[in-house]
Amino acid sequence: MPEIKVTPLGAGQDVGRSCILVSIAGKNVMLDCGMHMGYNDDRRFPDFSYITQNGRLTDFLDCVIISHFHLDHCGALPYFSEMVGYDGPIYMTHPTKAICPILLEDYRKITVDKKGETNFFTSQMIKDCMKKVVAVHLHQTVQVDEELEIKAYYAGHVLGAAMFQIKVGCESVVYTGDYNMTPDRHLGAAWIDKCRPDLLITESTYATTIRDSKRCRERDFLKKVHETVERGGKVLIPVFALGRAQELCILLETFWERMNLKAPIYFSTGLTEKANHYYKLFITWTNQKIRKTFVQRNMFEFKHIKAFDRAFADNPGPMVVFATPGMLHAGQSLQIFRKWAGNEKNMVIMPGYCVQGTVGHKILSGQRKLEMEGRQILEVKMQVEYMSFSAHADAKGIMQLIRQAEPRNVLLVHGEAKKMEFLKQKIEQEFHVNCYMPANGETTTIFTNPSIPVDISLGLLKRETAIGLLPDVKKPKLMHGTLIMKDNSFRLVSPEQALKELGLAEHQLRFTCRVHIQDPRKEHETVLRVYNHLKGVLKDYSVQHLPDGSITVESILIQATAHSEDQGTKVLLVSWTYQDEELGSYLTSLLKKGLPQSTS
Amino acid sequence: MAAHLKKRVYEEFTKVVQQQHEDLSAKKLRLTKPSKSAALHVDLCKANSPADALQYLLQFARKPVEVESVEGVVRILLEHYYKESDASVRLKIASLLGLLSKTAGFSPDCIMDDAINTLQNEKSHQVLAQLLDTLLVIGTKLTENPSVRMRLVEVACKHLTDSSHGVRNKCLQLIGCLGPVEKGVAKEVENQAAKDVQKIIGDHFNDQDPRVRTAAIKAMLQLHERGLKLQQAIYSQACKLLADDYEQVRSAAVQLIWVLSQLYPESIVPIPSSNEEIRLVDDAFGKICHMVSDGSWVVRVQAAKLLGSMQQVSSHFLEQTLDKKLMSDLRRKRTAHERAKELYSSGEFSSGRKWGDDAPKEEIDTGAVNLIESGACGAFVHGLEDEMYEVRIAAVEALCMLAQSSPSFAEKCLDFLVDMFNDEIEEVRLQSIHTMRKISNNITLREDQLDTVLAVLEDSSRDIREALHELLCCTNVSTKEGIHLALVELLKNLTKYPTDRESIWKCLKFLGSRHPTLVLPLVPELLSTHPFFDTPEPDMDDPAYIAVLVLIFNAAKSCPTMPALFSDHTFRHYAYLRDSLSHLVPPLRLPGRKLVSSPVSPSITPHEDPSQQFLHQSLERVYNLQHLDPQGIQELLEFTIRDLQRLGELQSELAGMADFTATYLQCQLLLIKALQEKLWNVAAPLYLKQNALASAAAKQILEETYKMEFMYSGVESRQVVIIHHMRLQAKALQLIVTARTTRGVEPLFGMCEKFLQEVDSFQRCFISELPHMQGSFVDKLLDLMPRLVTSKPSEVVKILQTTLRQSTFLHLPLPEQLHRATANIIEPTGESDNPLRFTSGLVVALDVDATLEHVQDPQGTVKVQVLYPDGQAQLIHPKPADFRNPGPGRHRLITQVYLSHTAWTEPCQIEVRLLLAYNSNRSKASAKIPKCTWSESLEALPPSETGIEGTIPFSKPVKVYIMPKPARR
Repeated sequence: MPEIKVTPLGAGQDVGRSCILVSIAGKNVMLDCGMHMGYNDDRRFPDFSYITQNGRLTDFLDCVIISHFHLDHCGALPYFSEMVGYDGPIYMTHPTKAICPILLEDYRKITVDKKGETNFFTSQMIKDCMKKVVAVHLHQTVQVDEELEIKAYYAGHVLGAAMFQIKVGCESVVYTGDYNMTPDRHLGAAWIDKCRPDLLITESTYATTIRDSKRCRERDFLKKVHETVERGGKVLIPVFALGRAQELCILLETFWERMNLKAPIYFSTGLTEKANHYYKLFITWTNQKIRKTFVQRNMFEFKHIKAFDRAFADNPGPMVVFATPGMLHAGQSLQIFRKWAGNEKNMVIMPGYCVQGTVGHKILSGQRKLEMEGRQILEVKMQVEYMSFSAHADAKGIMQLIRQAEPRNVLLVHGEAKKMEFLKQKIEQEFHVNCYMPANGETTTIFTNPSIPVDISLGLLKRETAIGLLPDVKKPKLMHGTLIMKDNSFRLVSPEQALKELGLAEHQLRFTCRVHIQDPRKEHETVLRVYNHLKGVLKDYSVQHLPDGSITVESILIQATAHSEDQGTKVLLVSWTYQDEELGSYLTSLLKKGLPQSTS
Repeated sequence: MAAHLKKRVYEEFTKVVQQQHEDLSAKKLRLTKPSKSAALHVDLCKANSPADALQYLLQFARKPVEVESVEGVVRILLEHYYKESDASVRLKIASLLGLLSKTAGFSPDCIMDDAINTLQNEKSHQVLAQLLDTLLVIGTKLTENPSVRMRLVEVACKHLTDSSHGVRNKCLQLIGCLGPVEKGVAKEVENQAAKDVQKIIGDHFNDQDPRVRTAAIKAMLQLHERGLKLQQAIYSQACKLLADDYEQVRSAAVQLIWVLSQLYPESIVPIPSSNEEIRLVDDAFGKICHMVSDGSWVVRVQAAKLLGSMQQVSSHFLEQTLDKKLMSDLRRKRTAHERAKELYSSGEFSSGRKWGDDAPKEEIDTGAVNLIESGACGAFVHGLEDEMYEVRIAAVEALCMLAQSSPSFAEKCLDFLVDMFNDEIEEVRLQSIHTMRKISNNITLREDQLDTVLAVLEDSSRDIREALHELLCCTNVSTKEGIHLALVELLKNLTKYPTDRESIWKCLKFLGSRHPTLVLPLVPELLSTHPFFDTPEPDMDDPAYIAVLVLIFNAAKSCPTMPALFSDHTFRHYAYLRDSLSHLVPPLRLPGRKLVSSPVSPSITPHEDPSQQFLHQSLERVYNLQHLDPQGIQELLEFTIRDLQRLGELQSELAGMADFTATYLQCQLLLIKALQEKLWNVAAPLYLKQNALASAAAKQILEETYKMEFMYSGVESRQVVIIHHMRLQAKALQLIVTARTTRGVEPLFGMCEKFLQEVDSFQRCFISELPHMQGSFVDKLLDLMPRLVTSKPSEVVKILQTTLRQSTFLHLPLPEQLHRATANIIEPTGESDNPLRFTSGLVVALDVDATLEHVQDPQGTVKVQVLYPDGQAQLIHPKPADFRNPGPGRHRLITQVYLSHTAWTEPCQIEVRLLLAYNSNRSKASAKIPKCTWSESLEALPPSETGIEGTIPFSKPVKVYIMPKPARR
């Protein structure tokens, strides 16, 4: 039985360090190659020694696919390809390929330059790694080798995020990466066709959540910002450089435009500017509105949002500032926060998740007095708001995707075990498909039932369809032919052609069967009775009584002789070729039942 | 065979020619042209390769074929069809056959047999499909003939087993368009196997080709459209098609399900996987709702649109569509899940507002929760959050239609509509504001909702703001805080966008008159009065203060206690505003003061409206007194015109009617005056001045009649006759005047001829109205017509003069509704002293914003005229997209006018005005002439009908100060 094996090296019942190995029809594919935010030791990268202890990974993997540029999906890539060693192709979409190195470089800088780690990948390694990347377009079928092909679908989530279909022959797997089923201000919703894969590997970050309408949240967010600005207060929005930041920028930009507001909006420079540049370029990856209006004006060419300078923080009057990093644990956002925290007119809006121990987490959990470095006590008087702008599909979205794709099996990754459990149960209950949720390192085996394509000769097809009625989708159709399995291919041809091709002489195969009938009458009378009986029963066939005393039904021959010992018993000799096996066996069983009495 | 055919062709030819000889019409000339079919025949015989033949056919197809020669051409084509071995040529011939059968006036039954015969031996599937298409054309032209239809349907059924999808497609289309609809007919003609078209089509719902499946559903819909009652049994089949792999199939299936749900709303269908049953319309509603989250946006739009028209659906199903919580299958037991739902809403759902509120808190009964498959659940929530704005708009529209029919649903959908006010696409925002306005009778806004609604007032788009003002005009607000909030926000809006002044005042007028009791407690605060101290008198010119007063005065109208709270200056301001902004400030009964209001008291119901009575009485007076002495008539007319004009100013609803009749009387007066001059007998040159007056009168009457015809909406044919009649009189007057002033007879010949033609066309256009015009000018003229035609111009003039004098004054019947087209240019305001500077030779864009009322087809008629000081005039046609339609009978023109000029030494003013273009061709009169075929139309129309084009200015000109500077070198 053919099987698909899936082993998560990361993201199995866990969030972060996405890395899933898939073996499908003899091909090995690695999906994503991420790092874990929570660890600073070896555990931050997937354990590639699982694949092979010694030797290069190239021999074991046919290709690597990166779904999007978030570090938990691509962070380990240079380590994997340059330090562990992999020379095969790496596939990602164009925007991912463009933005990924920026983030990797940033990540490297923080780890090496700030934390002073050694034995980490270098800038050169990032560059070398990116040289191995093959960029793909949406809906473009890429042939990795003769059998393995991949295809990208739009996934929303962040710019360039894609879902990938991996297909070998008739077996296929769809890996969603992270995706979003509700459109937001700058990206559309994930979409997939009814590709009916054998296995759908989906993320399940929000397996137990059903989110409220996006509009309410946006409205609340805008209202808060607007009110604060009108009061003359300052708004600080700590963000990560990519993804949500752009969404919020678009949101504020359009709102400012709509409402004719004049207060300045600033964006901390550096990384973000570069990223915005790419957003400007990859307009086709954004949502309907931006795509339709970019001819007049590219939405990412912000009119109201300007680059931030450190000195602006002390300017009087209202302003809105986007600053990195998002959790207020260091850097510019923390500096600005310290300056503004004392004024109750100001506001800080946390648009995302905050890890425990960060300032962001502390203020969100209601702490009003913070101890800063040097034993300073910072009193927080400014308003603290939380706005969730997550771009993952919620439970309904996941179900919707499953409904669209109609997979035969579902496998959950990238989520917490407890939440997965709930979703697993729901999926099994509502779609009646198997659902798996392997832990890291645990292998799931899925048996597939692939249909095998067979080439049929046109002559045979025409001949066979001419006999019966029009093909009906629901009923299987019986046809005669010869299956030739040669050179790894299957062909269905007519028997004559098969004989010719194989250089074999034709042999007739006949089945002969004797049926004993108790009939005291004369032979020819018995024959006549049999003839009449068969004629009565087999109305659709040509039944003939030949002058030599035998009966033919189509090509089946029936002869009757008296039993040598018992004259009361007649022996009916039934003979048919193997082609008529169906009719022949039916006939014998019919005759075995005996002749009806009425005909006598 | 071929020779025989050819013979027949030529036979027919001669026949055709003979027929034409009998018919002595004006178009004989065409007959001498070489025949099309003969030429085609020669061409096709010449062609020695399929490509050549195809070229000839293509060329041939570009030219129209006369009705008479169609049959001949068809024969020729068929002959070649049989001979032709190349499929592409046969295909072209088949398509030509179809085109030819469409020729107006040609009855294709004679070629039907041949067309059916060609099907028999055809091998190529494409040609077969094309031939069936031709048969479809023939069939649609012969719909009255049931036997033909039966025959075609039989042919189609025969080819349904074809292996090509194209052929099957066409067969199904044919059956859909021609299949028997009435049961009776089907039985009568039933000579073959029973033709249950529905079953035949239904069998192809499972065809292997998606295109054929789509065609089958479409054919079914076509049958429905033609009036066949579809069987309910199809429903289950159609439901299966909803899960089809192809979007066009799903889209058509959604339509079919909708049709069935409208046909059998109350029948009961079982729910699969349970033994319960529900109404079909509910089930269908659930299924269509499900399609709102389909993978294809085309299907989503389709589904969302159709939802709106399913009004029979049960209310609890309807309300489910707005449910956004994790839902359980509501179709069965509900109570058990209420608890689960509550748990979810308190614990599991992240509102996104509080940190950590999405952490699971309580164990929920997971078994009871159904994530999808719950039918109607949340359909609108999905639809309104869709990625494509087309879907969102469709969803908003559907929401609107459903809410209009169900008040409770309206209440529920309010939150969602309010959310849509923040959509990223303006059209969607606008649409949802309009929707809200439409359902505003059913709803009362809560304070938080009002808050969100009012936040949109700051939108920079004028359309949005004005739509919102309209919405506020008809909203119900529940609390006095709400009113206060609305006022504050509107005032904020006013300071930010001063141009919204009028719109805001109007909005406050309605807000005040709708909520007098809520305004009452706010009055002291709003007027900032103090029990002990006198407060300073506010500035009377402050638009914000006027806005507040408008609100208060309108509330005071139905709240008699309110004026007691006013301070002295408020009363003074009232008097001032009542006079200056009478349309915004209602008459009030103020204590100790005379009733300062218009003579018309608003309490009188429109039935016994004295002004209407007055209008009719004065008209009666005019019409009855036609035999007074001329002086008396003139005076009476003058008085009546004056009365009517004043009435129009006072009573806005009667303005159209009053103006219309006043104009008519004015024309009459001018005519009488022109004729009353007693100096007609004297030799012309001596009375130049006299002539000037008469010809000016004629000219003015002409102008006025065009105004009457094209500037008023609601003018019926009865009025049009009178108007045309008046115009005819004016033309007669013109003719007489010219005859008097010009020497020599030569020019008169042409004029007389023209005039007589006009009389003739008048008679033809209004033949049905002539009996009503006893004793009128035209009546008398037509009696004299034989004499006129034969007499000399000088005699004609004489006759005309006497008839003009003797003819009676026609009674102008008034239509029910009559409105005068008006336009008001809001922008440019014409107040600016700063000239618009631009470099000469380049262009400058001037924003023009105008409201148009009662203009029919503004896209075609309204033009902008720019008059430069040097007398140069420029006419600009605004784009159709520049017109908005905010309400019935109202239009809004927002456009940009490009100005350019050579350099001036100093700034100067240009005039901008709106014109109403008309074309007498387009008039209501000529529309009544039955449309002739294209070949005749041009010749049949007399030259006088082919259009006098002109423009009527219908707005006040606005002056704009501009300054083209010389270009810098």
